[in-house]
Amino acid sequence: MSCCAPGTEGALDLLGALPSTEELLLSARDLGNGMKQTDLGVPDVYCGACIATIEKALGAMPAVEKARVNLSTKRVSVLWHESVDGETTDPVEIVRTIVTSTGYSAHLFNDAEEAADALKSQLLRGVAVCGFAAANIMLLSVSVWSGADASTRDMFHWISAMIAAPALIYGGRFFYQSAWNVIRRGRTNMDVPIALAITLSYGVSLWETMHHGHHAWFDATVSLLFFLLIGRTLDHIMRERARASISGLARLSPRGAMVLGADDVREYRPVSDIRPGDRIAIAAGERIPVDGIVESGASDLDVSIVNGESAPHPVTKGASVQAGMLSLTGSLVLQATAAARDSFLSEIMSLMEAAEGSRAGYRRLADRVAQFYSPAVHLLAITAFLSWGLLGGDWKQAMLISIAVLIITCPCALGLAVPVVQVVAAGRLFRNGIMVKDGSAMERLAEVEMIVFDKTGTLTVGRPRLLNGGEIDASHLSMAAGLAAHSRHPLSQTLYTRHTGSVPFFEGVEERPGEGLQGFSGGRTYRLGSRRFACDQNSAGASASSEVVLSVDGAELAAFRFEDRARSGAEAAMRELLSKNMSTAILSGDRAAVVERLAKRLSIDAWQSDLSPRGKTDAVSAFAEGGRKVMMVGDGINDAPALRAAHVSMAPATAADIGRQAADFVFMHESLAAVPFAHEMSRRAGTLIRQNFGLAIGYNVIAVPIALAGYATPLIAAVAMSTSSLIVVANALRLNHVRAGERAVAQDAELEISPGARTA
Amino acid sequence: MNMLIYLIPVALFLGALGLGAFLWSLRSGQYEDLDGAAWRILSDDNKPDDPRGH
Repeated sequence: MSCCAPGTEGALDLLGALPSTEELLLSARDLGNGMKQTDLGVPDVYCGACIATIEKALGAMPAVEKARVNLSTKRVSVLWHESVDGETTDPVEIVRTIVTSTGYSAHLFNDAEEAADALKSQLLRGVAVCGFAAANIMLLSVSVWSGADASTRDMFHWISAMIAAPALIYGGRFFYQSAWNVIRRGRTNMDVPIALAITLSYGVSLWETMHHGHHAWFDATVSLLFFLLIGRTLDHIMRERARASISGLARLSPRGAMVLGADDVREYRPVSDIRPGDRIAIAAGERIPVDGIVESGASDLDVSIVNGESAPHPVTKGASVQAGMLSLTGSLVLQATAAARDSFLSEIMSLMEAAEGSRAGYRRLADRVAQFYSPAVHLLAITAFLSWGLLGGDWKQAMLISIAVLIITCPCALGLAVPVVQVVAAGRLFRNGIMVKDGSAMERLAEVEMIVFDKTGTLTVGRPRLLNGGEIDASHLSMAAGLAAHSRHPLSQTLYTRHTGSVPFFEGVEERPGEGLQGFSGGRTYRLGSRRFACDQNSAGASASSEVVLSVDGAELAAFRFEDRARSGAEAAMRELLSKNMSTAILSGDRAAVVERLAKRLSIDAWQSDLSPRGKTDAVSAFAEGGRKVMMVGDGINDAPALRAAHVSMAPATAADIGRQAADFVFMHESLAAVPFAHEMSRRAGTLIRQNFGLAIGYNVIAVPIALAGYATPLIAAVAMSTSSLIVVANALRLNHVRAGERAVAQDAELEISPGARTA
Repeated sequence: MNMLIYLIPVALFLGALGLGAFLWSLRSGQYEDLDGAAWRILSDDNKPDDPRGH
């Protein structure tokens, strides 16, 4: 990855359209006094130099009062004046400054996901309060264990009780709420024995204190809560970080559109306010917000995100278009045929709801363990109570022993066993540019036996590559680049960036959507476009690769052939998956010839082409019915139902919003090495979780007989509990020292600097 | 044992002070950008900065 080098202004054109002024004003928060605040996502910042570059560049603008980069959430918060010296500020300038100073893209994100993370603060405060209480009570308990007696011991117990009570209410409420929720529905989870254990042990300890007893369990109660809250907080932070990073990514659906009123009055409206029948103006480079019919104008549409087809689609008056398509070459006026919520997306949504794959029935490992663990623990405690009561006759003693059993068996280590491992694993993945939505995704990925890929945008980068660059005369290439500079069409962009050096100047260049470009130089007509347009021929040869012809006065000069470029690391990733006996397949909406060639190059045997969204979902379900756990990797809107139907799914950061939301993993770097790396990490995390369960259960096997026999004192409980928790955490941290696969991801990230160094 | 009357409140007070300091730092947003803070300490311009914004 390139660092935030200044002087990358040229990147501006390649990074695509900036948000419009209207969009930015719509999303800015009004702070009063003529001040506004805009929050922008900058997903590529990653070092201190980026912070300094962005803050300095923004700080130099007169309209900007203050700018601050948050590196963890990859966001910039900008405070700006609505007007400076009577001049109204255009917020687009802020975005442009960020883009030109760093070469990184900056964009708005959905405000619906901006809700402050109140739960994280609550959990952290709970951890702090319980930590404080646990430390102080432990201090007093150590004094009791080392020989304080009679009135001193009673006083210490009373102080402990007073410290523990607020901590239990403040820190324990998360567990009480969760336990109450499942009990009400007649089920049980890990929180039920936890809530029961802390309540009972506190009650009994209080009773003991009142009756000048020798043993009180306040220390065990509170330190138990402390450890469990740490596990709960880690779990939450991991999900939160993934959520924040994903919502900070480029937003592909437009926020609003220019609606033409009755007298051609232009009005910018949020997408949700567009009604069927409205006329919408779409400029070149804009995405279509709702389904509609072209009323006037012509353009080439990039439909890859909608149906996976890699070649742009020419449209003219009367053609129907779908939400999510990108107008490349011309401007259009559309008549909306559906509101945003009823557009093409809604069809996908209903497919997604119907796609109930194996994941719906998946229960997290911890829950599956809890299913057996909590009844067993309760049974054990009741048995201890009854047998000591009936056989010994001392019911108070029996009560104390059953409490000791509950405390000793309380799933302290179990509560930490899963979240600690998953947080460490997610941290490793995060550092390699892979986001995990939640812990269960890693558990599911570890089980996967087959990986299914989408083609356009997933196995390929969705950008064309010039195939026969070596055969083309340099002067022809520079002429073609001179014409191509005037177009946004992906093939033109490729030609233009491929050429280095000066380009000849053409007069009166015009772009004809669906055909190509035409310009004049030295009295001759130059054309660049389809063979039919450039050479005035009627024959249209169906070729697997796209072709662009350069002609002068109708005579062919050169033919450029293009093909979509495979993602870097694709072949290495396939080899690695193959070496792990993972079967692979391609499911694509593109034409058979294109799919077949890519499948051959990546040595993937199974492929299917021309698939509709439903076809992809059905194919995934068919694999799953064959008894295999399938992982789907895809990016388009058309992949979303299949992503949902698969056992686990992954999407690149460039995917459509809906695809990213459906996926469990999102990878930020270009390299496909992320796929085998995520699988490897998930597998190792799964192994460590099982080891941790083994350790926790092994500890119980030793500790429970001691408790049943009545030898467990608060001291033994405290030592045993802390030791088992520490061992589990230490075991989880071993994951940080596994070196597998990381190098591949890092190397490919470096290669992105020099695409020329990589040969297919 | 009379010294316990002073010592225990003193110990609790010190602990509470630490707890208070943590809660204050949490509320003032000092944990919101840990990655950024690690880099900022290396940056040269030393202007004081309030992470809460305005």
